[in-house]
Parts: sequence; structure tokens; C-alpha cells
Amino acid sequence: MSDKKKPNRRDFIFTATAAVGAVGAGAAAWPLIDQMNPDASVKALASTEVDVSSLQPGQSITVLWRGKPVFIKRRTENEISEARNVKISDLKHPEKDEDRAQNPEWLVMLGVCTHLGCVPLADKGEYGGWFCPCHGSHYDTAGRIRKGPAPTNLEIPKYEFVNSNTIKIG
Amino acid sequence: MSDHNYTPSSKFGKWFNDRLPLLTLANHLTDYPTPKNLNYWWTFGGILTFCLITQIITGLVLAMHYIAHADLAFSSVEHIMRDVNYGWLIRYIHANGASMFFLAVYIHIFRSLFYGSYKAPREIIWILGIMIYLLMMAAAFMGYVLPWGQMSFWGATVITNLFSAIPLVGESITTWLWGGYSVDNPTLTRFFTLHYLIPFLILGLVVLHIWALHVPGNNNPIGIDIQKPSKDTVPFHPYIVIKDLFALLLFMIVFAFFVFYSPNILGHADNYIEANPLVTPAHIVPEWYLLPFYAILRSIPDKLLGVVAMLSAIFILAALPWLDTSKVRSAVFRPLYKQFYWILVIDVLILGYVGAMPAEGLYLLIARVATAYYFLHFLLILPILGKIEKTTPLPLSITSPVLGGSADLAMAKNTDVRKEKL
Repeated sequence: MSDKKKPNRRDFIFTATAAVGAVGAGAAAWPLIDQMNPDASVKALASTEVDVSSLQPGQSITVLWRGKPVFIKRRTENEISEARNVKISDLKHPEKDEDRAQNPEWLVMLGVCTHLGCVPLADKGEYGGWFCPCHGSHYDTAGRIRKGPAPTNLEIPKYEFVNSNTIKIG
Repeated sequence: MSDHNYTPSSKFGKWFNDRLPLLTLANHLTDYPTPKNLNYWWTFGGILTFCLITQIITGLVLAMHYIAHADLAFSSVEHIMRDVNYGWLIRYIHANGASMFFLAVYIHIFRSLFYGSYKAPREIIWILGIMIYLLMMAAAFMGYVLPWGQMSFWGATVITNLFSAIPLVGESITTWLWGGYSVDNPTLTRFFTLHYLIPFLILGLVVLHIWALHVPGNNNPIGIDIQKPSKDTVPFHPYIVIKDLFALLLFMIVFAFFVFYSPNILGHADNYIEANPLVTPAHIVPEWYLLPFYAILRSIPDKLLGVVAMLSAIFILAALPWLDTSKVRSAVFRPLYKQFYWILVIDVLILGYVGAMPAEGLYLLIARVATAYYFLHFLLILPILGKIEKTTPLPLSITSPVLGGSADLAMAKNTDVRKEKL
């Protein structure tokens, strides 16, 4: 190799060819990569309606939404006050209970531990909420992470009350 | 290496070999000079080749009967077990074969650690080996998902969620891996495809691994280079071939014991329950061969750092040839390293044990200490040891400790007794 020489026209052509080739390869690769993303039929199952009229305070149900469990819990007065009386500064992922439950009686959240995705068990753990058996994360009565490896609170999906008896998730 | 110029004896052979030198390759493989002091720990390369081929053949047969669909996978596996002729046998060989494969690979890796086989000029062989090991783990994990039992489903959920620890893009990557918003049918079909592909990638890497091995030749128990091929080596065939076959036979007895007498002892009963996305089994444990890494993951109370630590524990091995600063290969001549080696072995066994236990109380504490020691061994002890350790004198050649070339009797004991007969 000759030492430092000025870039000439041939170097320019090499670089330009390689650049065009790289863009082409990328464009060809994208469909092969994107085909692995959720397809139209998976996306079509984006919302689900649940009848919650039979739930008494203290009871909860688990429904499947987008292949994931969603906890719908009708909380007791005790559970609500417990969740609201926690000092925000004590929380690993500070969130007010008011921001997590539109209607304080109803807690709707994904039943998926934010650590590695197991389903936490209800009415277990040191904070009276949920406990994940896989790696030992404890959640309180608002589904907030209090102890263990999970980084964030249980996720709240988009949901709304269609009427007083029906919740639409998604 | 001293490959003689080889000429096939037959006229056709010569004609063919001039066009495609397959016969030269075969001649190289049979005449390949091998250190004559290789002990039985060196037979695991051959055993691993056997394991790979067994997995490919049995896997091929299973794929003819298995159905990769979330609604049918579980019952198709039961169909294999109950209806397909010898299906139970083939599936048990495949399932236990994975465990046997890892058993052999761990012995192979720890042999390399003891005798310093990863050191110059064999770094590339070592790194290819680590790549094979990584692919083995990927193949084993995806294979375990295919029966679509509870452990399959939740193991897949936990492992794919490891990617969600990546900042910013983690969630999108996980969704991309799943092909949905949870582990489901799209996940199963792609895992089946990849599970089918990976063994052939491994096969390709094995060819490179052996190719790279045949450039410098084998390391050996005393870890010194071959001085005179005529004195220090024997041809691969028949000496090593027969020895490898004998070791393979013993290995197959262990293999057969698991297949015929306790085919489910290494699995989990939960995997005979069909996958249910609403219920997580009370105690999720990976297969035994992944337990040490699982223990490292759980020992760290932070999601991202836990994942980083677990991956580092594997990738740190690739840097081993440069972390170990000692010029002496074999632990036989490294009195201090030999002790640290055994501490590492015990450390990894402890990690494996606590990985199977619940992550709480004393187990968690032990896991943390053992994790810390694991990294300490590679990052601190090995680099320092190479500088300060006083090694015992190396023999002049592979043959000399036996023929009286060295006064060190302990050394002679460590070399193979077989040679007295040669």
C-alpha cells in the first residue's frame, strides 16, 4: 500500500457504490425483520369488554387481553385507604394511587410482573397486594412495586367504563 | 503440522484427488499426529460430536411427527409418546440427549480450563467453542419451549423478558421476538424454525473448531509443545480413534441409564401440564445446565444489572485467553492455580445448587457471594496469579518425564502410564 495519497475519483466511486449497496441491503432486510412484528390478526384483537357486575368488594377476576392476563380488582375500603396512605417517597416507582385507579374502587392492571413477566399471585406478599413467585417481587394494594427485583409498578392498560357494569380494555 | 505430500495409490484415487483433494483430507485426519500423553479428559471432543449427531438425527425424526402450533403442539408430543412407533424412545433420547450434551460440554470446558488449552496459540479454537456453547444454550432453550407445557411457556416468557431490560428499545425488541404482546403461537412457530436451524450452525462451527485445532495440534496434559513428532506423538488412527470409541461406550452407558431408567428425572413435572397463560407455576426453574447463570441473574436485585451480570458471566469466558496472564498452560505445574481452579469448580456447583432453590434468605446470600467470587476469579485472581505464581519446572518434552529426562517424579506420575507399554 502506498502511504497517504489524496482520495481520487476511483475512491469516490468505491465509497458511493458501497453506500448505495448498504442502503439496498438494508431495504431488502427490512421486510425480513418486520415480518416478525405482531401481524394484522394479532393487532386486531386489541380490545376486549368485560362484565364486572358480579364482583363483590374484595373480589377480583383475571381476564385475557392480547394474550396477557389483566387483573380487575374491586377493592375494599381498607385496601383503598392502605394504598392512599403510603408516603410517596417510600415508593420505588412513585405513583399516586389516584393516578392508578380512575375509580378508587376499581383497580385494572396487567397481571404481568414487570421483572420477567410471570403472573403475580393475588392476596399474597408483605404488602397485602400481589406477590410474584418467580423471583420474589412484592406489590401493594395499588399494584405498586414495594420489594424485590421488579423495576416498575404493574402496568395500567388503557381502559374505560362503558357503563357502570362493563369495562372495556384496550 | 507435518503433512506429508500424499498420493493416493489407485489411479482413480489419484485422478479424483487431483480434482477434489478429499483423500488428502482423509489422510490428514487419520495420520494427524496426536500427543501420546492425552488422557481420558481428551475424549470428550469425540463424545460431543456423537451428541450433536444424535440430536440432529432424533430431532429430524421428531420433526416429522411434531406440530408447531399453540393448540396442537402439546398433544402432538403426547401423540409421539403414545402412538408413534418407538416415539417414546426417540423423544427420550432427544430430551435426555440435550442434558448429556451439556454434561459433556461442561467436562470439555473444564478440561480446557485445567490444562490451559485456551492459551496461545489456541485462542480461536476456544472462542469458537464459546460460540458453540452459546448456540447450544439457545437451541436447548427453544427446544424446551416446543412441547408447550407450563415450563415451556413460562420459561419462554421469563427468558424473552430478559430483553425487555434493555433501555429504550427493550419493549419493542421483546414484542418483535414474540410476534405479539405475549408468548403465543407466532413465538412457537419461530422458535421451532430456529431450533431446527441452530444445530446446523453448530455443525458449521464444529468444522471450524476442528480446523482451528488441526493448525497448532492438540494441547496435552503437561501443556508443552511437541518437540519431535516422531517421539512425542501417535497417529490419530488407530490410537486415538479406539480410545475415543471406548470412552464413548462408557458415556453411552450413562446416557442409556437416563433414557431407559429415569427419562424424566432431569425434567420438570410441570411440563406435562399444557401451557396456560393465566397461571404461573409456583416455582420456575430452568433446566439444570442453565442453573448457575440463573443464580447469577437472580442474585442481583436490579433487572438490567441482573441481565448484564448473567450475560457477562458467559462472555467473560471469551476473554479468558487474555485474562489468564500465565505463560504456563497446564495446572499440573501451577500449584496455586490448581487450587483456585477447584475453588471455581465448587463455586459453579454452588451457583447451580442455589439456582434451583428459591431466591430468598440464606440461598440469596450464598448466590451473591458465589456470583461475586465467579467474577473475582476471572477479573482479579487470574490476571494477578499469572504474575506472582511460582510454577514448578516444565519437562523438556512430552516423552522426557517418562524416559527419565527430568528429576521431577510427581510430574512423571501425572503423565499417562500407558506409555510404558509403547
